[in-house]
Amino acid sequence: MASQDITARSATTTPMPQVRQVGEVAKLIDTSKCIGCKACQVACSEWNELRAEVGHNVGVYDNPNDLGADSWTLIRFAEYENPASGNLEWLIRKDGCMHCADPGCLKACPSPGAIVKYANGIVDFNQDKCIGCGYCISGCPFDVPRLSQKDHKAYKCTLCSDRVAVGLEPACVKTCPTGAIVFGSKQDMQMHAAERIEDLKERGFAQAGLYDPAGVGGTHVMYVLHHADQPSLYAGLPEAPAISPLVELWKGVTKPLALLAMGAAVLAGFFHYVRVGPNRVDEEPDPGEPTVHQVDPSVHVVDPNKQP
Amino acid sequence: MDMNRRQFFKVCGVGLGASSLAALGMAPPPAYAETIRHFKLANTRETRNTCPYCSVGCGLIMYSRGDGAKNVVQEIVHIEGDADHPVNRGTLCPKGAGLLDFVHSPNRLKYPEVREAGSNEWKRVSWDEALGRIATLMKADRDANFVTHNANGQTVNRWLSTGFLAASASSNEAGYITHKVVRSLGMLAFDNQARV
Repeated sequence: MASQDITARSATTTPMPQVRQVGEVAKLIDTSKCIGCKACQVACSEWNELRAEVGHNVGVYDNPNDLGADSWTLIRFAEYENPASGNLEWLIRKDGCMHCADPGCLKACPSPGAIVKYANGIVDFNQDKCIGCGYCISGCPFDVPRLSQKDHKAYKCTLCSDRVAVGLEPACVKTCPTGAIVFGSKQDMQMHAAERIEDLKERGFAQAGLYDPAGVGGTHVMYVLHHADQPSLYAGLPEAPAISPLVELWKGVTKPLALLAMGAAVLAGFFHYVRVGPNRVDEEPDPGEPTVHQVDPSVHVVDPNKQP
Repeated sequence: MDMNRRQFFKVCGVGLGASSLAALGMAPPPAYAETIRHFKLANTRETRNTCPYCSVGCGLIMYSRGDGAKNVVQEIVHIEGDADHPVNRGTLCPKGAGLLDFVHSPNRLKYPEVREAGSNEWKRVSWDEALGRIATLMKADRDANFVTHNANGQTVNRWLSTGFLAASASSNEAGYITHKVVRSLGMLAFDNQARV
């Protein structure tokens, strides 16, 4: 048995172990404390042995410009002119996998065991079993997984499942110099967030709140936002993330029907073979047309060039 | 249709046998061990150190592979903050968090080098050579430019033509000794690389 129980496994219908009581973990990112230093990005690349290619500056602080197969977390910077106060607010958000309780990537994945969800809430990719179809990317409400150009497999944040399994915090959490990222049980993180929100409300952020979207069953990476009423201010954080209905349609309706149709086709083929048998070519030679063309002697060929 | 009753039973028998074997576990089983991400710091050697960058002086733990046996070359495989260090309590800034690449950088300076006046080449020298050269040049400069009295005849004992750049991440004790050495020579220009 794995050191962490798996509660959900992509493209698998057999039941998962459920006896052990494992508490859910969560990472809480307090955007009001983040200074955008990117230590989390560096610690992530160091722990996970990722070294992205040096990119190009496109005029913003986001570096690299986007998440990648070798950049599993990214600080995104957004400027917001608050119409109420007239202040220019620099909203900084650490982007990466949200570790949804109801992961769209896992639901969309067709390869058995390529995506697993542990009992503690971590959603992890197993690249050994990834077939590189990219369905997890379309299934993700947060647009997080990325396909590698090197091996055509999908990668994303693992919430340092290897560290968490031995009782350590994820690498980004440990390194964060301002304590903007904290880690613990989901319940403790919700309580910690409540304290932070109370503090922010006292400081004039009346709409401060916790981002733990119910559309994906809650997440194991949560944000404290100053403007919880407008998550999209934070570099496009989805207002109401949910798994695409196309994934539900494909996996919930189309796939079982298609499997049924395939099974029926095989069965029908078998019974056709048993009852009717294969088509056979008649072995008697077909007399058909003779190989040499015989001119019917009754037909006269008119040749205008022929001299009489 | 070519299949007779006997052949139909054969086909059914083979199908039943094959599916029974698969159901009994003759098909290759899925390997469960591969779902575990192995913890990469197991059995590494931990060494405490101080971050060399700025004057905050964060505590580090350097994890190295190899148990120190004769035939093993140890190599630092991971560096992270020292949770027991009172300064940073485990945290590190982006520079400190990337120290592994600093340690293994091909551009890292590993020994003293000298670029003679007028030359454009750096030449490797031994530590003895380097320290001897620094001491000789300091003495020559101090002998030539040491100021004992100012224009008013007051004793000043200062040496303005040489400066000293010290490490910012030193302990209090090392900093105290550095300060005493530099000031006892009369040197006024004295700083450290508090931000690199």
